[in-house]
Amino acid sequence: MKNDAGNDRRKFLLTMARDVGLLAFGGLIWSAYVDEAVANKLALRPPGALKGKDFLTTCIKCGMCVEACPYDTLKLASPGENIPIGTPYFEPRETPCYMCPDIPCVPACPTGALDKESVSTDGKLDIYKADMGVAIVDEKNCIAFWGIQCDACYRACPVMDKALYLEYDKNERTGKHAFLKPIVDPDYCTGCGMCEHACVTEKPAIIVRPRELVMGEVGTHYVKGWDKKDEQRLESAKEIKTVTPRSEKKAVDTLNDMGGLLDD
Amino acid sequence: MIKHKYMILRRLTQVGLLVLYFGANAWGWKVLIGNLSASKFLEKIPLADPYAVLQMSVAGAALASDVIIGAIIITVLYALIGGRAFCSWVCPINMVTDAANWLRRKLRMNQVAKKPPVYRDARYWILALSLILSYLLGVAAFEFVSPISMVHRGIVFGLGFGWAAALSVFLFDLFILKNGWCGYVCPLGGFYSTIGRFSLIRVTHDAEKCTECMHCKEVCPEHQVLHMIGKESLPVLSGECTNCARCIEVCNDDALNFHIRSFAKQSKKEK
Ligand code: SF4
Ligand code: SF4
Ligand code: SF4
Ligand code: SF4
Ligand code: SF4
Repeated sequence: MKNDAGNDRRKFLLTMARDVGLLAFGGLIWSAYVDEAVANKLALRPPGALKGKDFLTTCIKCGMCVEACPYDTLKLASPGENIPIGTPYFEPRETPCYMCPDIPCVPACPTGALDKESVSTDGKLDIYKADMGVAIVDEKNCIAFWGIQCDACYRACPVMDKALYLEYDKNERTGKHAFLKPIVDPDYCTGCGMCEHACVTEKPAIIVRPRELVMGEVGTHYVKGWDKKDEQRLESAKEIKTVTPRSEKKAVDTLNDMGGLLDD
Repeated sequence: MIKHKYMILRRLTQVGLLVLYFGANAWGWKVLIGNLSASKFLEKIPLADPYAVLQMSVAGAALASDVIIGAIIITVLYALIGGRAFCSWVCPINMVTDAANWLRRKLRMNQVAKKPPVYRDARYWILALSLILSYLLGVAAFEFVSPISMVHRGIVFGLGFGWAAALSVFLFDLFILKNGWCGYVCPLGGFYSTIGRFSLIRVTHDAEKCTECMHCKEVCPEHQVLHMIGKESLPVLSGECTNCARCIEVCNDDALNFHIRSFAKQSKKEK
């Protein structure tokens, strides 16, 4: 009798341990897969998209932004495209964002993954505030940097002369011509990709990538002393103090300490 | 013909919804925009998958009201008509698993197959697991692996490798486990089972008319819910019933029919 009950309990516990084990096993594979799936940060998102992971958390993958876009710019990632599955993105070399003034894709979003606030000025939609990415120029392969006149990207840019301007330079090789070099100002670039779309080289010499991938970060070691706004960055800075046997005393005291040399 | 009345109706709704969604994307129709995750009906009424919204909330998303209202509408709808009505009337995977099942019967697979294990509760564990993972990973975990959305989204927006998801479910159901995906694994089905627990529309059994031919149990994807067949006159109360009405169709003795729940109870009391 007693043994039976013991056996039953044993069986019960073992079954439970097995179920928990199976669940943990499944959970590990599952989370490894999801982790891998959300790792790709290269995709360009629609205007107003929340930054970083917040976008993946909030987008329900309904595709209503895709359907609202009159230029068929946006697509939903399907399996095998190595972009977090079902999320909207665009490839400017194929179809750039034409920066519609009424930004139809944004109000179509039911979840707030495309945030109206972030692309509005004084309560009005303002596509120039969009931050889909930043353009970068490959100076080795941009023919303008060779001295050949091009400016196709410059003329395509909807934020011409601000986001993308031409810098004039003397061409020392010929001695009588000018360089007209396209330069991007990330402060104004919306990442629409019109430039990448227009670029005349076989593989575009100007490409758009998400801002967080392209831009550096100075941190708190350097500051523009001449710029009040830049100094504000330091308010969040924290002091780091390293204590060694020598630094326990003040520097002057350490220097003045003759270690008993002058004692008679 | 009459024998497949509900089946035909179901196929019509399943395909009809797909056509409406597809038309919205391809030709700008305005009836049903979006997809099963979230959509807009007649440009006004928001609809959303409550399970996806639940996962996203657990993952920490600050959601806009549209999608929350949409999720409530869908929850109320299925709480009334039977949660898993979604499974048999809307979900595109249903056509895949029905096909697998049909082939199973044609190939007489069920005779070689071992008696399936009784882990029908697995889906509820997977459901719980999906919520835990959503919380830990900060994204809706099932939405990244769901063959349902892959197939559905694929049909509406372009398939990619989405067909592989459908094929996996098909092969799993055909060779590994009868009704394996929907009856054991799918957490969305588990979620709707939970919602539909108290729904109004119920299949009800009349034991007096029953000749115990067991055709109904043979076709039922969740045959455990038909435990009363030939024994007692009861409504099918389990939320796991998908309201697919296959049992009603195959019964030659009119021993199974749809009833509104309160009526079903009343008539029982009257007896
Ligand atoms: S702003 Fe216009 S072109 Fe750009 S993604 Fe939105 S709808 Fe498409
Ligand atoms: S409309 Fe919003 S929720 Fe839907 S796919 Fe686009 S970004 Fe995601
Ligand atoms: S992506 Fe190119 S075209 Fe668009 S704003 Fe930036 S520089 Fe101009
Ligand atoms: S279009 Fe291409 S090649 Fe021409 S200037 Fe711009 S980046 Fe250079
Ligand atoms: S159980 Fe899941 S896959 Fe099967 S029909 Fe229901 S929702 Fe679709």
